[in-house]
Amino acid sequence: MLVVIIKKLLNAALVMLAVSFLAFLIFQLAGDPVDMMSSEQSTQADRDLLRERLGLNDNFLVQYARFVANAVQGNFGISYRNGQEVLGLIADRFPATMELVLVATVLSLLIGLPLGILTAIKRGTWYSEILQFGSIIGVSLPSFVVGILLILVFSVTLGLLPAFGRGDVVDLGWWSTGFLTQSGLMALILPSISLSLYQVTLIMRLVRAEMLEVMRSDYVKFARARGIPRYRIYFRHALRNCLMPVVTLTAMNVGTLIAFALITETVFQWPGMGMLFIQAVTFIDIPVMAAYLCIVALIFVS
Amino acid sequence: MLDTASPCLEVRNLVVEFPGRHGTLTALNDVSLAIRSGEILGVVGESGAGKSMTGAAILGLLERPGQIAGGEILLSGRRIDALSDREMEKVRGREIGAIFQDPLTSLNPLFTVGAQLSETIRQHIPGSSRTKARARAIELLQEVGIPGPQERIDHFPHQFSGGMRQRVVIALALAARPRLIIADEPTTALDVSIQAQISGLLRKLSKEHDTAVMLVTHDMGVIAETADRVAVMYAGRLIEIGPVDEVLKSPAHPYTRGLMASIPALGARVERLHQIDGSMPRLNAIPQGCAFNPRCKQAGPRCRRERPDLMPTRTGEAACWLYEGGVE
Ligand SMILES: Nc1ncnc2c1ncn2[C@@H]1O[C@H](COP(=O)(O)OP(=O)(O)OP(=O)(O)O)[C@@H](O)[C@H]1O
Ligand SMILES: [Mg+2]
Repeated sequence: MLVVIIKKLLNAALVMLAVSFLAFLIFQLAGDPVDMMSSEQSTQADRDLLRERLGLNDNFLVQYARFVANAVQGNFGISYRNGQEVLGLIADRFPATMELVLVATVLSLLIGLPLGILTAIKRGTWYSEILQFGSIIGVSLPSFVVGILLILVFSVTLGLLPAFGRGDVVDLGWWSTGFLTQSGLMALILPSISLSLYQVTLIMRLVRAEMLEVMRSDYVKFARARGIPRYRIYFRHALRNCLMPVVTLTAMNVGTLIAFALITETVFQWPGMGMLFIQAVTFIDIPVMAAYLCIVALIFVS
Repeated sequence: MLDTASPCLEVRNLVVEFPGRHGTLTALNDVSLAIRSGEILGVVGESGAGKSMTGAAILGLLERPGQIAGGEILLSGRRIDALSDREMEKVRGREIGAIFQDPLTSLNPLFTVGAQLSETIRQHIPGSSRTKARARAIELLQEVGIPGPQERIDHFPHQFSGGMRQRVVIALALAARPRLIIADEPTTALDVSIQAQISGLLRKLSKEHDTAVMLVTHDMGVIAETADRVAVMYAGRLIEIGPVDEVLKSPAHPYTRGLMASIPALGARVERLHQIDGSMPRLNAIPQGCAFNPRCKQAGPRCRRERPDLMPTRTGEAACWLYEGGVE
């Protein structure tokens, strides 16, 4: 057991090293940050001072070692764009993304599970065929298309829900939440639906496959033979046996959702980490990009 | 052997068909048999002969698209072959108990044996409380010979050995005191040393509770020790039925003779195992006349033309033209 844990940890550490190296390489390849940070009027002395402050005069390996050492302590440097502490920037945006991902996960379970059960036990009926077909579309439809369609229908045409932003948030000190205000909750609806759609179809298909598998098992046949009613078998015997893979999949996909949130956040102008990253890309704000990569990788491996 | 009381189970001219794209397969053709209360009927035959199919038809658990296309099934005189699924749920477990081949996979791994027993008891005995069901479950485990039932009831299936698990399966089949038990190869998956215990247990329970048992097995040893009568199936038909001693020692149908001769344990000191040439026909290629005729050494022109029905032999019945118009 301990060996397994240690192996896993080593593995995770290796992945993190690789990702951080990549992130660091971006730094190197993106050109001279001093050029980007200083204005036309700054003197050569100013530039040299800045270069020294950023530690750009040391050799490559020393810089990488310092980058890793700092990153481990949560210090990703300062943003090129507005000179703020990168970690602070990300911490500000983190709750928005996490709330979006959380709601999307809950939604995907709430919708995916019943649909999966339905299509499994009503196999061959017209509505389960339609759902099956719909789930193929759901898997293949790009998430930004879904988002834009939702905005078109519910915001532009019907005017029911906000098309962008987080609404009002309540600051709880280290966490800002949109759960406590009406506008915050309203603002969550469209982005979380758009983000969860792929996950819904994934869970639905998994549940369906697992249910069908379990229904063929000997103990379900035996339960039928001892006169347990059909629905009791579905919901007590079969469902319980296929929950394990569903829980595993859901937990594993939290990381994927955070990555996907990048697109959703862009479409809905959601002030989360993904938006921060996109802004950073347009400004070539490399410390923010590097930090985002490292943190998403960290969530993935853990 | 005439008995005035109506039998516990009576199957009359049962036909089971599988409609398919390439025509309809007749999996069971004109099967008739009866089992009295307290009697154990052994059912033997090659793989694919239709033994399990007969059990599934009686339980109303034929796999789609299989369906009963003819005949009737009576349980204590009541027809059960045309009941709805809801009504059949009350028959299964309550009036007919089932035991399947593999005790390792018959139990749901996520529930304790107590939970599965209570579930069955409370399903069939309405109004039995949790505590009552639990007491009954312990009693059942005791009855099928599981030591320490008070502790064992809270264990999960994987904590039991194969033989013990099959005892739990038997307890589940007995939970509502059914009149009929269908046991489909209940000992096949078990260790040889445990097989005798399980078949002995079945016999004891059948006699104590006056339960009819249909015991499907490939093991003639189990048949010899457990069954009262034997039915032999071939290519979806019943070809011989009679008292166990007679069928084993002096089988009437040429196929049964071949089958018995191919079993080493019973034919004393045979030098070479007698094998029947050829193999059982597939369902889509059953020959005209007697299904066994291409393999039969005694087959005559009539056997290739006309299908024989069951005809009385000295002690039982056989579907063979040799017995037309009485014995020999
Ligand atoms: N779904 C199906 N469609 C068509 N034919 C089927 C189907 N299921 C079973 N059969 C056929 O029905 C016949 C009877 O099968 P059955 O399972 O009753 O055999 P068995 O006597 O129990 O054999 P075994 O000793 O191997 O258990 C076989 O020939 C099988 O091929
Ligand atoms: Mg079988």
